[in-house]
Amino acid sequence: MKEQNYIKLEFPSRSSNEFFARAAASAFAAQLDPTLEELGDIKTAVSEAVTNAIVHAYPDKIGRVLMRMRILSGNTLEIMVKDFGKGIENVEEARRPLFTTGGSERSGMGFTIMESFMDKLRVRSVPGKGTTVVMQRAIRLRAGMR
Amino acid sequence: MKYAASFSSGRLTVYLSGELDHHAAGEAIRVVGELIEDNMPRECVLDFSGLSFMDSSGIAVIINAGRKMRSLGGRLSVENPAPQPRKVLEASGIERLIAVATRI
Repeated sequence: MKEQNYIKLEFPSRSSNEFFARAAASAFAAQLDPTLEELGDIKTAVSEAVTNAIVHAYPDKIGRVLMRMRILSGNTLEIMVKDFGKGIENVEEARRPLFTTGGSERSGMGFTIMESFMDKLRVRSVPGKGTTVVMQRAIRLRAGMR
Repeated sequence: MKYAASFSSGRLTVYLSGELDHHAAGEAIRVVGELIEDNMPRECVLDFSGLSFMDSSGIAVIINAGRKMRSLGGRLSVENPAPQPRKVLEASGIERLIAVATRI
């Protein structure tokens, strides 16, 4: 799909940046004229992806998190969240509902929510090298708005 | 995040407001847990009407509060989530375990 606009961000894996990441995603997505519900879905999925990088990629240090957002043809928003942390041994297992290695403060529902709120979710991970999550969501064109 | 609570005839209501994400969840789990321990309610209601955003971290807050209430032999429910938190509750399947109601 042809790229029409993009933005790249890099931030340290501090939990205070979860708010920033979803606010940035929301601001970038606004050019697609999403509904409040679509914006809420995008913010939620970004929050989950960035939280995974903060909690799981760098469990005992602060590392780099990259976020790239692109507008693709078909009024589609693509969001990539990439870290250079410890990686996921078994991606299939990590994507299963309720699976978590994060202890009692996590629910194990992060990937489930990304999957149900976005149209597409791709996860690539190399243990010791990092994890890349790419998500796409088509924003419906609203009659009379364009 | 901001918290408020009211207690009457065995029922503890905890009002959470702001954005409930992983950054806020540790504190939310602690605050709700302490309110339950201090009041020993038969019933605890987490009132989500003031939550403008919630991700799966909110599910962990509910699960932790539910576990505390079960150990006291009491019940937990969630009330008045706005559309975005409600969608997260639905996607997580937590409603099979914890009652979610809208009263306002």
